[in-house]
Amino acid sequence: MTDKTITFEIDGVEVQAKEGQTIMQAADAVGKYIPRLCAFEGLPAFGSCRLCTVKVNGRFQAACIHPVAEGITVENDTEELLEFRRNIVDMLFVEGNHFCMFCEKSGNCELQAMAYRLGITAPKYPYMFPADRNIDGSHKDVFIDHNRCILCGRCVRASKDLDGKNVFQFVGRGPQKRIAINAQAKLSDTDLDVTDQAVQVCPVGAILTKHVGYATPVGQRKYDHQPIGSDIEANNK
Amino acid sequence: MSENLETVVRAACESFGNDRTRMMDIVRELQESQGCVSDDAMDLIAKQVGTHRVEVESVVSFYAFLSKQKKGSVVIRICNDIIDRMFGYERLRQTFCDALGIGIGETTPDGLITLENTPCIGMCDQAPAVMVNDEIFTDLSRDAAVEIVEQLRAGVAPERLRRRLGDGNNSNPLVSAAVTNNIRKRGDVVFAPLECGRALRKALAMSPNEVIRDVKTARLRGRGGAGFPTGMKWDFTRGAAGDRKFVVCNADEGEPGTFKDRVILTERPELLIEGMAIAGYAIGAREGIIYLRAEYAYLRPFLEDTLQRARNMGMLGKNVMCKDGFDFDIRIQMGAGAYVCGEETALISSCEGLRGDPKNRPPFPAQKGYLGCPTSVNNVETFCCVARIVDQGAGWFSQIGSKGSTGTKLLSISGDILRPGVYEVPFGITMKEVLEMAGGENAKAVQVGGPSGQLIGPDMFHRIICYDDLATGGALMVFGPQRDLLEVVEYFMDFFIEESCGYCTPCRVGNVLLRDRLENIIHGKGEPADLTYLEELCQVVKATSRCGLGQTSPNPILSSLRNFRALYEVRVKEDQPFQPTFDIQKALNTAKEIAGRPSMHFAE
Repeated sequence: MTDKTITFEIDGVEVQAKEGQTIMQAADAVGKYIPRLCAFEGLPAFGSCRLCTVKVNGRFQAACIHPVAEGITVENDTEELLEFRRNIVDMLFVEGNHFCMFCEKSGNCELQAMAYRLGITAPKYPYMFPADRNIDGSHKDVFIDHNRCILCGRCVRASKDLDGKNVFQFVGRGPQKRIAINAQAKLSDTDLDVTDQAVQVCPVGAILTKHVGYATPVGQRKYDHQPIGSDIEANNK
Repeated sequence: MSENLETVVRAACESFGNDRTRMMDIVRELQESQGCVSDDAMDLIAKQVGTHRVEVESVVSFYAFLSKQKKGSVVIRICNDIIDRMFGYERLRQTFCDALGIGIGETTPDGLITLENTPCIGMCDQAPAVMVNDEIFTDLSRDAAVEIVEQLRAGVAPERLRRRLGDGNNSNPLVSAAVTNNIRKRGDVVFAPLECGRALRKALAMSPNEVIRDVKTARLRGRGGAGFPTGMKWDFTRGAAGDRKFVVCNADEGEPGTFKDRVILTERPELLIEGMAIAGYAIGAREGIIYLRAEYAYLRPFLEDTLQRARNMGMLGKNVMCKDGFDFDIRIQMGAGAYVCGEETALISSCEGLRGDPKNRPPFPAQKGYLGCPTSVNNVETFCCVARIVDQGAGWFSQIGSKGSTGTKLLSISGDILRPGVYEVPFGITMKEVLEMAGGENAKAVQVGGPSGQLIGPDMFHRIICYDDLATGGALMVFGPQRDLLEVVEYFMDFFIEESCGYCTPCRVGNVLLRDRLENIIHGKGEPADLTYLEELCQVVKATSRCGLGQTSPNPILSSLRNFRALYEVRVKEDQPFQPTFDIQKALNTAKEIAGRPSMHFAE
């Protein structure tokens, strides 16, 4: 990243950015929230959830990947893009088994919060009800529930880049793609520790810490009072 | 853990320098010698090359030709693409199942033979076809299938199975394949006579920039389907920072209905090698890679031999053609059964020993490609065009074809036609002319450019094959009046679901949703609103997918909705009764099994 300043337009507003920033980073800095699930500050950009799809000079691009450039026009908050995002969130809901009412992540879940922010009350696509998603409770402090995994890859990146461990990686392809662990059988056979970043970054209830499920009561959780993205929008002065 | 496995793994890893970027080669070798890459083998490989076992598993689980579960020492793969389905796949499948006493995906109890389906193996002009390990059998009758099984049971090795050898180099002892070239029309670029080495010698007499200038003047565009200007790609790669650069040949033609690269690799490998060497000289690369799809493994010994002969002739190696300071050599990288690896960044991932996931762009391969080095990935046919441009001149080349689309194009034509095969035609030819040439005048529809292309009807047969009208990598699948086009579309969607890498949400989930709704319509359960549902969902998948696969996978539905809407309209009905979105009895099966009785609330 250099100190060179770049001027571009997002939703009709002219903003400044630093050369080398992605559109998402530049938008965050000026308090313009672009919805995302796989992107996470401190982790390398991944570009898998596609929620941050914006239009750059009329072409669809992922804001978490695409660099800013002088004079580009970015559309973000348009009905077309919002509808695409609702559809993608719908896809993530129907692809797995997400039962918010008895998931202990409820209220802290980014997928749930995103659905609320985008005004989704029920998915428009038919549920797939996958029956082959397993649960691994072997580890003494952490459990994995693949029913709720949205394949964002945050745990994969965090384990590799922040924890230096490689506990998680993707296996399979297409609809059979899953998160796998670095052991033949069980999570308890890996060197995962409850304090690892890989455990903390999961946006949904797929990787959860044991023993603390309801330490924070429902009603006092992160997204119970403010929609997701509010912290970024607070930068908008 | 047997000591034997340890020895095998160590030998496999060491033969590739314990280099984890050669993971594809290592796991392929294990698969071949052990029939699988087992859990234990993955642990050992990870230890030997200094990576994590889950990284090995992520690769093994990605490719269709690799497996954790042990397969038979012989794997029979029946090609089940749409053309093979039209020409007897189902009968062939039944014959194999009966003869072997197993179903698809199963292995005979003696561990000898595994039976599988596989998407297009590049033999649509001689369907139905099967692979027996690396050996290919085409135009296969039921009797011949039974004979294959009998011989295998009698202990005959796949490479020794009786076969009639094909024409041209298919009869070369290093190929000895029962494959036919079916070259129906030779043009001036790819299939014209060849004086080996002349183009390369001419290129080396020019400066690299002059070579690129000629390719630009010829207005050559990529022949794989995307049509990016080749000279521009080379310019970017040449100009990118870095001492180490790569030329990669995309010989992973997996688009169903495409087989022209197979014929080039069989009959014109020297032209390809020359084109790659010219590219190496032009962009400043010393290393080239041919990424060969696993289905064409039968061509590998022949291609290795051709490379060796090129080295002996001084066309590869140190000081190519006595040009001081220009070293260039080529290695073959085998694929392992993944259509998405035809996408250039996925192909690079695969060459690096990773899952065949496409990469994020930017950076583009020209800036940061294979192993992070500037890389130019070009199609087999493109390299052949380059060699001919340098040999005959850019002016000569640009006079062939049409204005925006210079040169010739190889078409792979299959389906309901009298003369399936490869046709080298100048750009600018109409679909009507093509169909007359191939004997398909009564076609009801043509799928242009494979599943990711478009389905057109007779009212569009006046259209022109070129980059600005009917753009295509060359696959034309012709469907006669008797074919059900919606079944064709459904098959294409199944194909994309099977071949999606699963990295991004819209492609991984959206294609399944599209297929399911289409299936409903085909089975008479659709209503008019479903057509809007399909159109909107197609737009989401196209607009938000990460790579070309997802950006084009809705095309079969979109183009058939546009050009054959009546087929949908007769199948959808207003006022459909309530449509359950899932089968309650099926969902209760596990519970019923546990309880040992039927559900009290949901009577069957």
